[in-house]
Amino acid sequence: MKIPKDLKYTNDHEWVKIEGDVATVGITDFAQGELGDIVYVEVETVDETLEREEVFGTVEAVKTVSDLFAPLSGEIIEFNESLEDEPEKVNTDPYGEGWMVKIRFSDASEVDDLLSAEEYTEVVEG
Amino acid sequence: MKNTALSSTHIALNAKMVPFAGYNMPVSYEGVNAEHETVRKSVGVFDVSHMGEFLITGEHALELIQKISSNDASKLVDGKAQYSCMPNNNGGIVDDLIIYRFNEEKYLLVVNASNIEKDWNWISQHNTMNATMRDLSDEYSLLAIQGPKAAEAMQSLTDVDLSAIKFYTFEVAPFAGVENVIISATGYTGSGGFEIYCKNEDAQKIWDKVFEAGADFGIKPIGLAARDTLRLEMGYCLYGNDIDDTTSPIEAGLGWITKFTKDFINSEALKEQKEQGPKRKLVGFELDERGIPRQGYDIVDDNGKVIGVVTSGTMSPSLEKGIGLGYVPTEVAAPGSKINIQVRKKALPATVVKLPFYKG
Repeated sequence: MKIPKDLKYTNDHEWVKIEGDVATVGITDFAQGELGDIVYVEVETVDETLEREEVFGTVEAVKTVSDLFAPLSGEIIEFNESLEDEPEKVNTDPYGEGWMVKIRFSDASEVDDLLSAEEYTEVVEG
Repeated sequence: MKNTALSSTHIALNAKMVPFAGYNMPVSYEGVNAEHETVRKSVGVFDVSHMGEFLITGEHALELIQKISSNDASKLVDGKAQYSCMPNNNGGIVDDLIIYRFNEEKYLLVVNASNIEKDWNWISQHNTMNATMRDLSDEYSLLAIQGPKAAEAMQSLTDVDLSAIKFYTFEVAPFAGVENVIISATGYTGSGGFEIYCKNEDAQKIWDKVFEAGADFGIKPIGLAARDTLRLEMGYCLYGNDIDDTTSPIEAGLGWITKFTKDFINSEALKEQKEQGPKRKLVGFELDERGIPRQGYDIVDDNGKVIGVVTSGTMSPSLEKGIGLGYVPTEVAAPGSKINIQVRKKALPATVVKLPFYKG
Protein backbone atom coordinates (compact mmCIF):
# COMPACT_ATOMS: atom_id res chain seq x y z
CA MET A 1 0.00 0.00 0.00
CA LYS A 2 1.39 3.34 -1.06
CA ILE A 3 1.37 6.50 1.08
CA PRO A 4 3.44 9.13 -0.78
CA LYS A 5 5.50 11.35 1.51
CA ASP A 6 4.77 14.60 -0.33
CA LEU A 7 0.99 14.51 0.20
CA LYS A 8 -1.27 15.46 3.11
CA TYR A 9 -4.04 13.17 4.36
CA THR A 10 -7.32 13.06 6.29
CA ASN A 11 -8.85 10.58 8.68
CA ASP A 12 -11.47 9.94 5.98
CA HIS A 13 -8.74 8.34 3.81
CA GLU A 14 -8.40 11.19 1.37
CA TRP A 15 -5.15 12.69 0.13
CA VAL A 16 -4.53 16.38 -0.53
CA LYS A 17 -1.87 17.98 -2.69
CA ILE A 18 -1.33 21.68 -2.04
CA GLU A 19 -0.21 23.94 -4.90
CA GLY A 20 -0.59 27.65 -4.12
CA ASP A 21 -4.18 28.18 -2.99
CA VAL A 22 -5.45 25.09 -4.81
CA ALA A 23 -5.77 21.64 -3.25
CA THR A 24 -6.08 18.54 -5.43
CA VAL A 25 -8.06 15.82 -3.64
CA GLY A 26 -8.44 12.08 -4.11
CA ILE A 27 -8.84 8.93 -2.05
CA THR A 28 -5.89 6.94 -0.79
CA ASP A 29 -4.56 3.62 -1.99
CA PHE A 30 -5.87 2.11 1.25
CA ALA A 31 -9.35 3.53 0.58
CA GLN A 32 -9.57 2.25 -2.99
CA GLY A 33 -8.45 -1.20 -1.79
CA GLU A 34 -11.13 -1.26 0.89
CA LEU A 35 -13.85 -0.10 -1.50
CA GLY A 36 -12.95 -2.58 -4.23
CA ASP A 37 -13.82 -2.02 -7.88
CA ILE A 38 -15.02 1.56 -8.26
CA VAL A 39 -17.74 2.02 -10.84
CA TYR A 40 -18.93 5.58 -10.40
CA VAL A 41 -17.67 8.84 -8.95
CA GLU A 42 -20.41 11.42 -8.54
CA VAL A 43 -19.49 15.05 -7.94
CA GLU A 44 -22.22 17.65 -8.42
CA THR A 45 -20.72 20.41 -6.30
CA VAL A 46 -18.49 22.09 -8.89
CA ASP A 47 -18.62 25.89 -8.41
CA GLU A 48 -20.09 25.45 -4.95
CA THR A 49 -18.38 26.73 -1.84
CA LEU A 50 -18.25 24.13 0.90
CA GLU A 51 -17.21 24.11 4.52
CA ARG A 52 -14.56 21.65 5.63
CA GLU A 53 -16.09 18.17 6.25
CA GLU A 54 -19.09 18.85 4.00
CA VAL A 55 -19.90 16.14 1.45
CA PHE A 56 -18.58 17.09 -2.01
CA GLY A 57 -19.51 13.83 -3.75
CA THR A 58 -19.87 10.10 -3.50
CA VAL A 59 -17.86 7.18 -4.73
CA GLU A 60 -19.71 4.00 -5.66
CA ALA A 61 -17.98 0.64 -5.68
CA VAL A 62 -19.70 -2.54 -6.80
CA LYS A 63 -20.38 -3.50 -3.22
CA THR A 64 -20.65 -0.22 -1.38
CA VAL A 65 -21.05 3.52 -1.54
CA SER A 66 -19.05 6.10 0.38
CA ASP A 67 -19.35 9.86 0.82
CA LEU A 68 -16.47 12.15 -0.07
CA PHE A 69 -15.73 14.92 2.42
CA ALA A 70 -14.12 18.26 1.65
CA PRO A 71 -10.76 18.18 3.43
CA LEU A 72 -10.57 22.01 3.35
CA SER A 73 -13.14 24.81 3.18
CA GLY A 74 -13.35 26.49 -0.21
CA GLU A 75 -14.74 26.43 -3.72
CA ILE A 76 -14.83 23.23 -5.78
CA ILE A 77 -13.27 24.54 -8.99
CA GLU A 78 -12.80 21.36 -10.98
CA PHE A 79 -13.96 17.75 -11.15
CA ASN A 80 -11.83 15.12 -12.88
CA GLU A 81 -14.33 14.43 -15.65
CA SER A 82 -12.26 11.62 -17.09
CA LEU A 83 -13.57 9.56 -14.17
CA GLU A 84 -17.03 9.67 -15.76
CA ASP A 85 -15.84 7.18 -18.36
CA GLU A 86 -12.97 5.59 -16.50
CA PRO A 87 -13.78 5.43 -12.78
CA GLU A 88 -11.41 2.46 -12.51
CA LYS A 89 -8.54 4.99 -12.61
CA VAL A 90 -9.26 5.52 -8.92
CA ASN A 91 -8.29 1.88 -8.36
CA THR A 92 -5.31 1.77 -10.68
CA ASP A 93 -3.79 5.19 -10.01
CA PRO A 94 -5.37 6.72 -6.89
CA TYR A 95 -2.69 9.40 -6.43
CA GLY A 96 -2.38 10.28 -10.12
CA GLU A 97 -5.03 9.97 -12.80
CA GLY A 98 -7.58 8.99 -10.16
CA TRP A 99 -7.65 12.47 -8.57
CA MET A 100 -11.19 13.70 -7.97
CA VAL A 101 -11.55 17.43 -7.41
CA LYS A 102 -9.61 20.66 -7.05
CA ILE A 103 -10.57 23.05 -4.28
CA ARG A 104 -9.58 26.73 -4.06
CA PHE A 105 -9.28 26.73 -0.30
CA SER A 106 -10.22 29.79 1.70
CA ASP A 107 -8.46 29.23 5.00
CA ALA A 108 -4.78 28.32 4.78
CA SER A 109 -4.66 27.57 8.49
CA GLU A 110 -6.80 24.47 7.86
CA VAL A 111 -3.90 22.99 5.90
CA ASP A 112 -2.00 22.64 9.15
CA ASP A 113 -4.73 20.35 10.47
CA LEU A 114 -4.18 17.79 7.70
CA LEU A 115 -2.19 14.65 8.50
CA SER A 116 1.35 14.01 7.34
CA ALA A 117 2.20 10.73 5.58
CA GLU A 118 3.61 9.42 8.87
CA GLU A 119 0.48 10.35 10.80
CA TYR A 120 -1.76 8.80 8.15
CA THR A 121 0.29 5.61 8.17
CA GLU A 122 -0.58 5.33 11.86
CA VAL A 123 -4.28 5.82 11.09
CA VAL A 124 -4.19 2.94 8.61
CA GLU A 125 -1.98 0.59 10.53
CA GLY A 126 -3.48 1.49 13.90
CA MET B 1 -15.43 -16.51 14.54
CA LYS B 2 -15.16 -19.87 12.78
CA ASN B 3 -12.74 -20.73 10.01
CA THR B 4 -13.52 -23.05 7.12
CA ALA B 5 -10.98 -25.77 6.34
CA LEU B 6 -9.62 -23.38 3.72
CA SER B 7 -9.53 -19.98 5.50
CA SER B 8 -5.73 -20.04 5.80
CA THR B 9 -5.49 -20.92 2.10
CA HIS B 10 -7.50 -17.82 1.21
CA ILE B 11 -5.34 -15.64 3.44
CA ALA B 12 -2.22 -17.05 1.76
CA LEU B 13 -3.79 -16.08 -1.59
CA ASN B 14 -4.11 -12.49 -0.30
CA ALA B 15 -7.89 -12.59 -0.24
CA LYS B 16 -9.71 -9.78 1.49
CA MET B 17 -11.37 -11.60 4.40
CA VAL B 18 -14.61 -10.57 6.10
CA PRO B 19 -16.75 -12.03 8.86
CA PHE B 20 -19.85 -13.52 7.24
CA ALA B 21 -22.48 -15.53 9.12
CA GLY B 22 -19.94 -16.17 11.84
CA TYR B 23 -17.24 -17.41 9.46
CA ASN B 24 -13.99 -15.85 8.31
CA MET B 25 -14.70 -15.76 4.56
CA PRO B 26 -12.98 -14.46 1.41
CA VAL B 27 -14.94 -11.51 -0.05
CA SER B 28 -12.58 -10.96 -3.00
CA TYR B 29 -9.18 -11.89 -4.37
CA GLU B 30 -8.25 -9.84 -7.44
CA GLY B 31 -11.43 -7.73 -7.54
CA VAL B 32 -15.14 -8.37 -7.90
CA ASN B 33 -15.46 -7.41 -11.58
CA ALA B 34 -12.59 -9.63 -12.74
CA GLU B 35 -13.84 -12.53 -10.62
CA HIS B 36 -17.37 -12.08 -11.93
CA GLU B 37 -16.10 -12.23 -15.51
CA THR B 38 -14.02 -15.34 -14.78
CA VAL B 39 -17.18 -17.21 -13.76
CA ARG B 40 -19.25 -15.89 -16.68
CA LYS B 41 -16.58 -16.74 -19.27
CA SER B 42 -14.50 -19.65 -17.95
CA VAL B 43 -14.44 -21.21 -14.49
CA GLY B 44 -14.00 -20.10 -10.89
CA VAL B 45 -14.03 -21.73 -7.46
CA PHE B 46 -15.87 -20.52 -4.36
CA ASP B 47 -15.29 -21.85 -0.87
CA VAL B 48 -18.82 -21.87 0.51
CA SER B 49 -18.13 -24.28 3.35
CA HIS B 50 -20.03 -22.01 5.71
CA MET B 51 -23.29 -23.46 4.32
CA GLY B 52 -25.12 -25.85 6.66
CA GLU B 53 -25.84 -29.52 5.96
CA PHE B 54 -28.42 -31.62 7.77
CA LEU B 55 -28.80 -35.34 7.13
CA ILE B 56 -32.37 -36.61 7.53
CA THR B 57 -32.76 -40.38 7.55
CA GLY B 58 -35.12 -43.16 8.49
CA GLU B 59 -38.54 -44.32 7.43
CA HIS B 60 -40.11 -40.98 8.42
CA ALA B 61 -37.53 -38.77 6.68
CA LEU B 62 -39.76 -37.85 3.74
CA GLU B 63 -42.73 -37.22 6.02
CA LEU B 64 -40.71 -34.67 8.01
CA ILE B 65 -39.37 -32.99 4.87
CA GLN B 66 -42.84 -32.76 3.33
CA LYS B 67 -44.14 -31.11 6.47
CA ILE B 68 -41.46 -28.41 6.71
CA SER B 69 -40.81 -27.64 3.03
CA SER B 70 -42.94 -25.92 0.41
CA ASN B 71 -41.82 -27.86 -2.66
CA ASP B 72 -43.05 -31.42 -3.19
CA ALA B 73 -40.16 -33.68 -2.17
CA SER B 74 -42.16 -36.78 -3.09
CA LYS B 75 -41.31 -35.92 -6.70
CA LEU B 76 -37.61 -36.47 -5.99
CA VAL B 77 -35.89 -39.63 -7.16
CA ASP B 78 -32.51 -40.98 -6.06
CA GLY B 79 -29.73 -38.69 -7.26
CA LYS B 80 -31.98 -35.69 -7.73
CA ALA B 81 -31.95 -32.35 -5.89
CA GLN B 82 -34.71 -29.80 -5.38
CA TYR B 83 -34.78 -26.12 -4.47
CA SER B 84 -37.32 -25.45 -1.73
CA CYS B 85 -38.12 -23.21 1.20
CA MET B 86 -39.35 -23.63 4.75
CA PRO B 87 -42.40 -21.48 5.43
CA ASN B 88 -43.08 -20.32 8.98
CA ASN B 89 -46.51 -20.04 10.59
CA ASN B 90 -46.86 -16.30 9.97
CA GLY B 91 -46.63 -16.10 6.20
CA GLY B 92 -42.84 -15.74 6.12
CA ILE B 93 -39.88 -17.95 5.31
CA VAL B 94 -37.61 -19.66 7.85
CA ASP B 95 -34.98 -20.34 5.17
CA ASP B 96 -34.52 -21.47 1.59
CA LEU B 97 -32.64 -24.69 0.97
CA ILE B 98 -31.69 -27.49 -1.40
CA ILE B 99 -32.89 -31.02 -0.68
CA TYR B 100 -30.86 -33.96 -2.03
CA ARG B 101 -32.35 -37.45 -2.18
CA PHE B 102 -29.84 -40.32 -1.82
CA ASN B 103 -32.54 -42.95 -1.34
CA GLU B 104 -36.07 -43.04 -0.03
CA GLU B 105 -34.84 -42.96 3.55
CA LYS B 106 -31.84 -40.62 3.22
CA TYR B 107 -31.91 -36.91 2.39
CA LEU B 108 -29.43 -34.05 2.73
CA LEU B 109 -30.75 -30.54 3.44
CA VAL B 110 -28.38 -27.68 2.58
CA VAL B 111 -29.25 -24.46 4.38
CA ASN B 112 -27.86 -20.94 4.76
CA ALA B 113 -24.97 -20.49 7.17
CA SER B 114 -26.65 -17.63 9.00
CA ASN B 115 -29.68 -19.82 9.72
CA ILE B 116 -28.12 -23.13 10.78
CA GLU B 117 -29.18 -22.94 14.40
CA LYS B 118 -32.62 -21.46 13.65
CA ASP B 119 -33.30 -24.09 10.99
CA TRP B 120 -32.11 -26.96 13.16
CA ASN B 121 -34.38 -25.86 16.00
CA TRP B 122 -37.30 -25.30 13.65
CA ILE B 123 -37.01 -28.72 11.99
CA SER B 124 -36.42 -30.47 15.33
CA GLN B 125 -39.51 -28.83 16.76
CA HIS B 126 -41.62 -30.26 13.92
CA ASN B 127 -40.00 -33.67 13.97
CA THR B 128 -42.92 -35.30 15.78
CA MET B 129 -42.55 -38.36 13.56
CA ASN B 130 -39.04 -39.03 14.89
CA ALA B 131 -36.99 -38.93 11.75
CA THR B 132 -33.29 -39.20 12.47
CA MET B 133 -31.50 -35.85 12.17
CA ARG B 134 -27.77 -35.15 12.08
CA ASP B 135 -26.09 -31.77 11.74
CA LEU B 136 -23.06 -32.28 9.48
CA SER B 137 -22.35 -28.55 9.05
CA ASP B 138 -19.06 -28.62 10.96
CA GLU B 139 -17.84 -31.77 9.23
CA TYR B 140 -18.41 -30.92 5.58
CA SER B 141 -16.80 -28.47 3.19
CA LEU B 142 -18.42 -27.16 0.02
CA LEU B 143 -16.65 -25.93 -3.10
CA ALA B 144 -18.69 -24.35 -5.87
CA ILE B 145 -16.89 -24.78 -9.19
CA GLN B 146 -18.83 -22.54 -11.51
CA GLY B 147 -18.65 -21.38 -15.10
CA PRO B 148 -19.15 -22.61 -18.67
CA LYS B 149 -15.82 -24.47 -18.65
CA ALA B 150 -16.36 -26.20 -15.30
CA ALA B 151 -17.17 -29.66 -16.68
CA GLU B 152 -14.31 -29.69 -19.16
CA ALA B 153 -11.82 -28.31 -16.64
CA MET B 154 -12.71 -30.83 -13.93
CA GLN B 155 -13.14 -33.93 -16.09
CA SER B 156 -9.62 -35.22 -15.42
CA LEU B 157 -10.45 -35.50 -11.69
CA THR B 158 -13.18 -38.14 -11.99
CA ASP B 159 -14.43 -41.08 -14.03
CA VAL B 160 -17.98 -39.72 -13.89
CA ASP B 161 -18.95 -38.03 -17.15
CA LEU B 162 -19.40 -34.51 -15.76
CA SER B 163 -21.11 -33.14 -18.84
CA ALA B 164 -23.79 -35.84 -18.44
CA ILE B 165 -24.83 -34.76 -14.92
CA LYS B 166 -28.08 -32.90 -15.50
CA PHE B 167 -28.96 -29.66 -13.74
CA TYR B 168 -30.13 -30.37 -10.18
CA THR B 169 -28.92 -33.96 -10.18
CA PHE B 170 -25.85 -35.37 -8.44
CA GLU B 171 -23.46 -38.31 -8.23
CA VAL B 172 -21.55 -39.71 -5.27
CA ALA B 173 -18.20 -40.79 -6.67
CA PRO B 174 -14.41 -40.56 -6.33
CA PHE B 175 -13.23 -37.04 -7.20
CA ALA B 176 -9.65 -35.77 -7.10
CA GLY B 177 -8.57 -39.05 -5.49
CA VAL B 178 -11.10 -38.75 -2.65
CA GLU B 179 -13.85 -41.35 -2.19
CA ASN B 180 -17.55 -40.52 -1.70
CA VAL B 181 -17.56 -36.95 -2.90
CA ILE B 182 -20.95 -35.46 -3.75
CA ILE B 183 -20.75 -33.95 -7.25
CA SER B 184 -23.86 -31.85 -7.72
CA ALA B 185 -24.84 -29.96 -10.86
CA THR B 186 -26.13 -26.99 -8.88
CA GLY B 187 -24.94 -23.48 -8.14
CA TYR B 188 -25.83 -19.89 -7.48
CA THR B 189 -24.32 -18.15 -10.49
CA GLY B 190 -26.37 -19.01 -13.58
CA SER B 191 -23.21 -19.99 -15.46
CA GLY B 192 -23.36 -23.73 -14.90
CA GLY B 193 -20.93 -25.91 -13.01
CA PHE B 194 -20.86 -28.03 -9.90
CA GLU B 195 -20.99 -27.98 -6.17
CA ILE B 196 -18.61 -30.41 -4.50
CA TYR B 197 -19.34 -31.64 -0.97
CA CYS B 198 -16.47 -33.33 0.88
CA LYS B 199 -15.20 -33.96 4.38
CA ASN B 200 -13.23 -31.10 5.91
CA GLU B 201 -10.07 -33.20 6.05
CA ASP B 202 -10.19 -33.65 2.26
CA ALA B 203 -10.96 -30.03 1.38
CA GLN B 204 -7.38 -28.81 0.94
CA LYS B 205 -6.45 -31.79 -1.22
CA ILE B 206 -9.47 -31.29 -3.45
CA TRP B 207 -8.89 -27.52 -3.64
CA ASP B 208 -5.29 -28.09 -4.78
CA LYS B 209 -6.27 -30.71 -7.37
CA VAL B 210 -9.09 -28.52 -8.68
CA PHE B 211 -6.63 -25.67 -9.31
CA GLU B 212 -4.13 -28.05 -10.90
CA ALA B 213 -6.76 -29.50 -13.22
CA GLY B 214 -8.21 -26.10 -14.04
CA ALA B 215 -4.92 -24.30 -14.65
CA ASP B 216 -5.12 -24.57 -18.44
CA PHE B 217 -8.65 -23.15 -18.30
CA GLY B 218 -7.65 -20.08 -16.30
CA ILE B 219 -9.41 -21.23 -13.14
CA LYS B 220 -9.39 -18.67 -10.33
CA PRO B 221 -10.64 -18.38 -6.74
CA ILE B 222 -13.81 -16.28 -6.43
CA GLY B 223 -15.03 -14.40 -3.36
CA LEU B 224 -18.41 -13.72 -1.82
CA ALA B 225 -18.69 -10.29 -3.49
CA ALA B 226 -18.79 -11.83 -6.96
CA ARG B 227 -21.06 -14.59 -5.68
CA ASP B 228 -23.53 -11.83 -4.83
CA THR B 229 -23.28 -9.98 -8.17
CA LEU B 230 -23.55 -13.27 -10.09
CA ARG B 231 -26.66 -14.42 -8.23
CA LEU B 232 -28.24 -11.00 -8.44
CA GLU B 233 -27.81 -10.87 -12.23
CA MET B 234 -29.84 -14.09 -12.27
CA GLY B 235 -32.47 -12.69 -9.91
CA TYR B 236 -31.85 -15.47 -7.39
CA CYS B 237 -33.13 -14.62 -3.91
CA LEU B 238 -30.69 -14.17 -1.05
CA TYR B 239 -32.06 -15.03 2.37
CA GLY B 240 -31.78 -12.05 4.70
CA ASN B 241 -32.04 -9.63 1.75
CA ASP B 242 -34.87 -10.62 -0.58
CA ILE B 243 -36.63 -13.19 1.56
CA ASP B 244 -36.88 -13.46 5.33
CA ASP B 245 -39.20 -14.28 8.21
CA THR B 246 -41.70 -11.67 6.98
CA THR B 247 -41.84 -12.31 3.22
CA SER B 248 -44.00 -15.04 1.78
CA PRO B 249 -42.82 -17.36 -0.99
CA ILE B 250 -45.79 -16.20 -3.07
CA GLU B 251 -44.75 -12.55 -2.76
CA ALA B 252 -41.13 -13.47 -3.46
CA GLY B 253 -41.90 -15.13 -6.79
CA LEU B 254 -41.25 -18.55 -5.31
CA GLY B 255 -44.67 -19.89 -6.25
CA TRP B 256 -42.88 -22.39 -8.49
CA ILE B 257 -41.42 -24.10 -5.39
CA THR B 258 -44.64 -23.80 -3.39
CA LYS B 259 -46.71 -26.85 -4.28
CA PHE B 260 -50.19 -27.34 -2.94
CA THR B 261 -50.15 -31.01 -3.93
CA LYS B 262 -49.50 -31.73 -0.25
CA ASP B 263 -49.96 -30.17 3.19
CA PHE B 264 -47.07 -28.30 4.80
CA ILE B 265 -46.61 -25.67 7.48
CA ASN B 266 -48.87 -22.69 6.72
CA SER B 267 -49.93 -24.16 3.36
CA GLU B 268 -53.58 -23.16 3.84
CA ALA B 269 -52.76 -19.47 4.25
CA LEU B 270 -50.25 -19.49 1.40
CA LYS B 271 -52.76 -21.19 -0.86
CA GLU B 272 -55.29 -18.49 -0.07
CA GLN B 273 -52.68 -15.80 -0.77
CA LYS B 274 -51.85 -17.41 -4.09
CA GLU B 275 -55.52 -17.58 -5.09
CA GLN B 276 -56.27 -13.99 -4.10
CA GLY B 277 -52.97 -12.65 -5.37
CA PRO B 278 -50.39 -11.04 -3.08
CA LYS B 279 -50.57 -7.28 -2.39
CA ARG B 280 -46.88 -6.85 -3.08
CA LYS B 281 -44.37 -8.69 -5.19
CA LEU B 282 -40.64 -9.02 -5.40
CA VAL B 283 -39.54 -7.66 -8.79
CA GLY B 284 -36.34 -7.04 -10.67
CA PHE B 285 -35.67 -3.53 -11.93
CA GLU B 286 -33.04 -1.70 -13.95
CA LEU B 287 -32.18 1.95 -13.43
CA ASP B 288 -32.90 4.06 -16.52
CA GLU B 289 -30.11 6.47 -15.58
CA ARG B 290 -26.68 6.05 -14.15
CA GLY B 291 -26.68 5.12 -10.49
CA ILE B 292 -26.60 2.12 -8.22
CA PRO B 293 -29.52 0.90 -6.12
CA ARG B 294 -28.60 -0.48 -2.70
CA GLN B 295 -30.35 -2.63 -0.12
CA GLY B 296 -32.65 -0.48 2.01
CA TYR B 297 -33.19 2.33 -0.51
CA ASP B 298 -36.81 3.43 -0.86
CA ILE B 299 -38.85 2.73 -3.97
CA VAL B 300 -41.07 5.78 -4.63
CA ASP B 301 -43.84 6.76 -7.01
CA ASP B 302 -43.76 9.88 -9.19
CA ASN B 303 -45.01 11.99 -6.28
CA GLY B 304 -42.20 10.83 -4.03
CA LYS B 305 -44.45 8.59 -1.94
CA VAL B 306 -42.68 5.48 -0.63
CA ILE B 307 -44.23 2.38 -2.21
CA GLY B 308 -41.58 -0.23 -1.53
CA VAL B 309 -38.01 -1.03 -0.64
CA VAL B 310 -34.91 -2.29 -2.42
CA THR B 311 -33.83 -5.66 -1.00
CA SER B 312 -30.70 -6.17 -3.14
CA GLY B 313 -28.89 -3.88 -5.55
CA THR B 314 -25.62 -3.54 -7.37
CA MET B 315 -23.91 -2.34 -10.49
CA SER B 316 -24.25 -5.33 -12.80
CA PRO B 317 -20.76 -6.20 -14.05
CA SER B 318 -22.20 -7.93 -17.15
CA LEU B 319 -24.86 -5.34 -18.05
CA GLU B 320 -22.93 -2.35 -16.74
CA LYS B 321 -26.00 -0.79 -15.23
CA GLY B 322 -27.66 -0.49 -11.87
CA ILE B 323 -29.92 -3.48 -11.13
CA GLY B 324 -31.88 -4.50 -8.10
CA LEU B 325 -34.64 -6.52 -6.50
CA GLY B 326 -37.34 -5.02 -4.35
CA TYR B 327 -40.90 -5.33 -3.14
CA VAL B 328 -43.50 -3.17 -4.89
CA PRO B 329 -47.32 -3.07 -4.91
CA THR B 330 -48.74 -5.63 -7.36
CA GLU B 331 -50.14 -2.80 -9.54
CA VAL B 332 -46.60 -1.81 -10.59
CA ALA B 333 -45.07 -5.29 -10.57
CA ALA B 334 -45.53 -6.11 -14.25
CA PRO B 335 -42.46 -5.91 -16.51
CA GLY B 336 -42.32 -2.46 -18.14
CA SER B 337 -43.82 -0.68 -15.11
CA LYS B 338 -42.09 2.56 -14.18
CA ILE B 339 -40.90 3.12 -10.63
CA ASN B 340 -38.30 5.38 -9.01
CA ILE B 341 -35.45 4.48 -6.72
CA GLN B 342 -34.50 7.03 -4.08
CA VAL B 343 -30.70 7.17 -4.42
CA ARG B 344 -29.65 9.61 -1.72
CA LYS B 345 -31.24 12.97 -2.68
CA LYS B 346 -32.43 11.91 -6.13
CA ALA B 347 -35.33 9.74 -7.21
CA LEU B 348 -33.91 7.91 -10.22
CA PRO B 349 -36.35 6.43 -12.75
CA ALA B 350 -36.27 2.65 -13.09
CA THR B 351 -38.11 0.01 -15.09
CA VAL B 352 -39.44 -3.28 -13.80
CA VAL B 353 -37.95 -6.08 -15.91
CA LYS B 354 -38.43 -9.79 -16.34
CA LEU B 355 -35.81 -11.91 -14.57
CA PRO B 356 -33.08 -12.93 -15.07
CA PHE B 357 -31.25 -9.69 -15.78
CA TYR B 358 -28.42 -11.64 -17.38
CA LYS B 359 -29.55 -13.85 -20.22
CA GLY B 360 -26.17 -15.30 -21.11
